[in-house]
Amino acid sequence: MEMILKVLSAAVRSGTPLLFATLGEIITERSGVMNLGLEGLMLIGAITGFMVSYNTKNVYLGFIAAMIAGAIFALLHAFMVITLRVNQVVSGLALTMLGTGISGMLGRSYIGQVAPKFSEMRIPILSDIPGIGEIFFSHDILVYLTYILVPLTFFILFKTKPGMILRAVGEEPSAADSRGINVYLVRYIATTIGGAITSAGGAYLSLAYTSMWIENMSAGRGWIAIALVIFSAWEPFKAMIGSYLFGGMMATQLRLQAGGKVNISANILMMLPYIATLVAMVIFSSSEKFRKRIGAPTALGIPYSREEKT
Amino acid sequence: MLKIRIVKRLNPPKYHAFLVPILSVVISLMIMGLFLWARFGKFEKVVEAYREMFSWPFIFDYGLPDTISKMVPLLLAGLGLSVVFKMKIWNIGAEGQLYLGAMATTWGALFLFKNVENSLILIPTLLLMGAIAGALWAFIPGILKAYLKLDEIVATLMLNYIAAHWLNYLIYGPWKDPEGYNFPLTAVFPESSWLPMFGESGIHSGVLIALAMVVLIYFLMYRTRWGFHLKIIGDNQTAARYSGINVEKNIILAMILSGALAGLAGGIQMLGVQHRLQHGFSPGYGYTAIIIAWLARLNPWAMIVVAFLFGGLMVGSEQLQIMMRIPISMVYVLQGIVLFTLLASEMIFNYKIEILIPRNGGEKSWR
Repeated sequence: MEMILKVLSAAVRSGTPLLFATLGEIITERSGVMNLGLEGLMLIGAITGFMVSYNTKNVYLGFIAAMIAGAIFALLHAFMVITLRVNQVVSGLALTMLGTGISGMLGRSYIGQVAPKFSEMRIPILSDIPGIGEIFFSHDILVYLTYILVPLTFFILFKTKPGMILRAVGEEPSAADSRGINVYLVRYIATTIGGAITSAGGAYLSLAYTSMWIENMSAGRGWIAIALVIFSAWEPFKAMIGSYLFGGMMATQLRLQAGGKVNISANILMMLPYIATLVAMVIFSSSEKFRKRIGAPTALGIPYSREEKT
Repeated sequence: MLKIRIVKRLNPPKYHAFLVPILSVVISLMIMGLFLWARFGKFEKVVEAYREMFSWPFIFDYGLPDTISKMVPLLLAGLGLSVVFKMKIWNIGAEGQLYLGAMATTWGALFLFKNVENSLILIPTLLLMGAIAGALWAFIPGILKAYLKLDEIVATLMLNYIAAHWLNYLIYGPWKDPEGYNFPLTAVFPESSWLPMFGESGIHSGVLIALAMVVLIYFLMYRTRWGFHLKIIGDNQTAARYSGINVEKNIILAMILSGALAGLAGGIQMLGVQHRLQHGFSPGYGYTAIIIAWLARLNPWAMIVVAFLFGGLMVGSEQLQIMMRIPISMVYVLQGIVLFTLLASEMIFNYKIEILIPRNGGEKSWR
């Protein structure tokens, strides 16, 4: 029992960076922009967060700086794909390359250093609930931030006017345009905010999950998040479930490895999350019912141009 | 009142095909130069770094053989990607397919055919094994894309990570060289499996295979009906379907071809350069190949030039790392910037700014 609680609690912790990235991408993609640069954005977030936190000894400052840096790089992607109408896949890949390179370059002198990190904050009362308290309410503040962010994103997307505008732009940009909505502006805002939130996931890795900078520390989480967006059918609450599921898988793999109880090579275990992502995607997309139900934003990946209506 | 608007150029001038890539590389080098300037604090150092970077890789007695041996996998993988990119299928998995090719070739050279001494039979067999392994690895996302509409970007990426861990498992585990002082590498292949060299030049014959593939792909894509079908599928899938083209089958075939070329690249890298499978044998050839395919605008001939230049860029930056202690991650930054400026400049060149000045009754446009 103790063991199971530990694994579930670790699932939430290692699912949190995935959740940030997935939420960010949901916001971006709901507006019709696809950003495949999540991996790069997370790395940018991780290194910026670490550098600022290391030099100012203030984790909050580090976290905010990471989000700003993510927003700036997402803005670059936005400019490329919205204004210049560049292919979104290629621009996203370029962003990942740039993020990997820049974080590697900046991070060289920080390898092996330790920065202050977000410490555990047990929530009074709630953390005393047996089981649930251990799993959900004995983490750092960033985990609690996602508990607010998920319902908030859901509420804004589905229950408010700005959310409706955002989704309209992602579904029918020309119809939205004819209603007087500035499609370009909405997409710019969604991409930038999405990038900032994704970067926060990277900062979680270097400021809460560990307190170090390790080159390429996102280790493919950005790409897993892109798969998670598809699972979650572009809905925040499902993103939460998916993230914890995958977080759990990553945590279990680490635990098995560290425990040394099973005699399987570490490399084989490390394949697990990627194989699981693939298998889960196959199962989901082979079910006809699921495919009908999920609604990818209709205009996803299609640049909008007022002059050239298709 | 003045009106300014952006319109698409209907007939972009022909020289843009050359001007755009050159200009974007120059702009990226300038941006990169600022980075370096900030790092060194002295402008002379930047000049020195660039001089080193652009001379060493292209001088015959120094870096040129190395440049060519890096060009080969880039060119092969890039060619493969150009086939699927033409269909707007985003195979990001060349890196994993290349790993599989290297693994299969190693398996053949070290275990399956280790007693075969006739190079004329052995080498083609091993390379074929590599190509088949790469093709199989690409077949998985291909069939998932064709029949389940599974997003190929995510699928190929996941397969890259799986391939990388699989390769590590082999070289850290069952395939580790017992006499390798515990380093993650396999034993050296028997010499009968090595690709022949051009005399003392240090250039291996795999470059001929790569050039032959350029001709083959050019022929396939521009001179056969099949190549034309792929292009139609890329331009308009619905139209392709109505004109009787089997879209699913062609998606799978194109993925197989693309994976086979990446696998071949991995095999050639094993038999021509490394002669053993080891950790980090590919500095991201499969990812760089994406840029190469795109920079060459999916044109096989242009890809020779671009792959050669990028091979030089890789060798040059390795040289910089040794000589001036510049981290290798600089290459990724440079590649990222090149790609961004290229994409941007291509778009900027394809559009023009029109300034409309209303005159009596009519509007006059400039530029």
